[in-house]
Amino acid sequence: MTWTLMDKCCNRCWHSPEYPCRHYIRCRLSGPLCHEDVECRVRRSRRLEEIRYGRHGFKINVPLASCTIAAGAHEVYEAVVKEVKSRGILADIHRTGCMGMCYIDPWIELSKKGMPSAIYANVKPSDVPRIIKEYLEGDVSSAFALRNRTGNAKGEDKVPLLDELEPWRNQVRWVSRNCGIVDPESIEEYIALGGYRGLDRALNMRPEEVIEEIRKSGLRGRGGAGFPTWLKWKIAREQPGDVKYIIMNADEGDPGAFMNRLLAESDPHRVLEGMIIAAYAIGASKGFIFVRAEKPLMAERLSKAVEQARKYGLLGDNILGRGFSFDVEVILSAGAFVCGEETALIAAIEGRTRPRQRPPYPATRGLWGKPTIINNVETLAHVATIMAEGWEKFAKYGTEKTKGTKMFCVTGSVKRTGAYEVPVGTTIEKLVVEIAGGPPEGRKIKAVQIGGPSGGCVPASLLSTPIDYETLQKAGAIMGSGGIVVIDDHSCMVDVAKFFTSFTVAESCGKCFPCRIGMKILYDILEKITNGEGSEEDLEVLEELGNVIRSSSLCALGGTAPNPVLSTLRYFKDEYLAHVRSKRCPAKVCTKLVEYWINPDKCTGCGTCARNCPSKAISGELGKPHVIDKSKCIHCGQCYIVCPVGAVEKR
Amino acid sequence: MVNQTVVNVVSSIVARYRGERRYLMRMLQEIQSRYGYLPRRALEELAKLTSIPLSEVLNVATFYHQFKLEPPGYYIILVCMGTACHLKGNLDNYEAMKRFLGLGKYENTAKDGTVSVEKARCFGACSLAPVVMVISRDGKERYLHGHVTIRDARRIVAKYRSLALKKIKGGGS
Repeated sequence: MTWTLMDKCCNRCWHSPEYPCRHYIRCRLSGPLCHEDVECRVRRSRRLEEIRYGRHGFKINVPLASCTIAAGAHEVYEAVVKEVKSRGILADIHRTGCMGMCYIDPWIELSKKGMPSAIYANVKPSDVPRIIKEYLEGDVSSAFALRNRTGNAKGEDKVPLLDELEPWRNQVRWVSRNCGIVDPESIEEYIALGGYRGLDRALNMRPEEVIEEIRKSGLRGRGGAGFPTWLKWKIAREQPGDVKYIIMNADEGDPGAFMNRLLAESDPHRVLEGMIIAAYAIGASKGFIFVRAEKPLMAERLSKAVEQARKYGLLGDNILGRGFSFDVEVILSAGAFVCGEETALIAAIEGRTRPRQRPPYPATRGLWGKPTIINNVETLAHVATIMAEGWEKFAKYGTEKTKGTKMFCVTGSVKRTGAYEVPVGTTIEKLVVEIAGGPPEGRKIKAVQIGGPSGGCVPASLLSTPIDYETLQKAGAIMGSGGIVVIDDHSCMVDVAKFFTSFTVAESCGKCFPCRIGMKILYDILEKITNGEGSEEDLEVLEELGNVIRSSSLCALGGTAPNPVLSTLRYFKDEYLAHVRSKRCPAKVCTKLVEYWINPDKCTGCGTCARNCPSKAISGELGKPHVIDKSKCIHCGQCYIVCPVGAVEKR
Repeated sequence: MVNQTVVNVVSSIVARYRGERRYLMRMLQEIQSRYGYLPRRALEELAKLTSIPLSEVLNVATFYHQFKLEPPGYYIILVCMGTACHLKGNLDNYEAMKRFLGLGKYENTAKDGTVSVEKARCFGACSLAPVVMVISRDGKERYLHGHVTIRDARRIVAKYRSLALKKIKGGGS
């Protein structure tokens, strides 16, 4: 076993989880503190050096998070191991998390002492031998970006620095600073990068002072509603009684938002540290991490972080000798979107279902009737970073009402899909066009959907809106957890509204009728409109019913569910009108409103469409172009789906 | 005989969690990981052993997405229905797959038990949209297909169907 930073430097160190030393965290980096010994000091700094550059001065980073694994990072990892072994290269192959630039997945980073640290994008296992060979020969010309320049390598001037790239330069990496750098399964590396300093500092303060620090930072919950974090804590702190709980909401369910998964998979200790600080602030002795069973890697990494923290006495009794005891249990969620609602999440932990009426709010009466705080993953990561860096650095970013940074996942019709962290108040345009690269060639942004099924669509004309809780609300969307889906001119806004409505219909828990029945009626009307059977009165019903559901639902799911419909009605009424008046779908998405025809230039006459047509509307001889009989066509779109050469076209 | 083993499996799971109400979800998860779904018999046994009313057990079992009440196919083809995947046409892929297997509106599993096609929640792999994930019933195999077109969709179904046929024959189970 190699000696790690977490271990004793010599027998004079007496820290153990049973008899914790107050200076354990500080001692890891600048120790030994309780005695003076050159050997102990050198041992420590040598180990820090090893962590930075690897044991042999050559380190190969391979990101292993769900997103990169999906793109093939496991295969790349194996290829790197094989190559290093077969060529007898002295190198540390190092697992990291994801750095959020999904469009370059899977990437690898090579860094050798004296050479610039080079990132290679979209690596295939077969590329690995070439990349390693070139790099070792001092040639970085095929790299995607460099972290630094040394002037020693060939082709260095041709490759941009990471800091010069649009998607990187415009970000402020505050909570995501370690993502893609640290090994998510190593507490030692996290501490080497300054981790758990925030906890150490918090435990030196009184809980009220911690709450005050968070108040000054201006942090608001990053889960969606934007409630001031300190206020929630203060309410819970002031409740009588000894038993209080804290819950980490890691049950991310928004389609198109994955920043919590990314954070928890890439830097789980930061999230856990924030949770311990929050527990100290409110006086909780027990915490629960509620994480989706469908996201196994996220659950695994968080569980591992909990185990490691317990092993070194950062969880358990008398943490760091400050008399504060706290432990955490990881609970696998079976998954339901409504669990994003606090009371539904609590019900799930208790083994029940469905939300309940608020007030009483969980901060006064929550889990098993005790005061309970629920914080989202990103919020807790912010807490840890604020406590380590001080509130001033955090409050420097953001707007007057909302301080700091926020992670956004930009997906849909953009060139550079990814999770990017920017100061609150950055305009949508900057995020979508400058950072994410805008839509692919030949496409135009029509709208930007922000906040998932509870959010709304902001039209292209409002792209200069700064992203903030208040401004987005005014524009008819919400910040939500930060999922941004870019919609281009190939998508139909009525269909988009229908998609989100179908999501909430399926996810409605069914407890209160405005949401259960109202959303179903909304969906049926949208279905009618997309089938070409809608009338202008239907649009009025949509709006009226949407407002009723919004104001009369039991919980936030129903209260926000009509947003996609209401916001598209507000900004894209012309598209709705085209559907109901001239029975036409301008984007050619709604199959019932599209006319299918077979392009005789492309048709090979294979007959597949004719065989699959349920209404026998297609005729033609084998080997000759076929035709669709319009009077028989039922617009099911099957011919379009089955045609092997794409000869069936819409008009 | 079969029921006897169900009783054994459930009672050992219940014992491990002391039959506590707060572990109901956990117990159901363990039953599902054992059988690949929640057999009715197991739920009845669970209700009996924990004194939680069967209606409550079913309430939880039907509420959360993870739980299945019908046995799935050997391979489960999960078609992502996240926003990005929807916009890029995954619904067409889903329908093409179901049609290829000749499944009706409320059917998800091929009649020979080889594959199931299901709509799934966002995997968070939006950069590869549209995405289809294939997992084996026992959860040991996991494959991801990105940028799936309609032609790929049919190929994917055919591929896993023949793979499953081989495994079912070869493994004897």
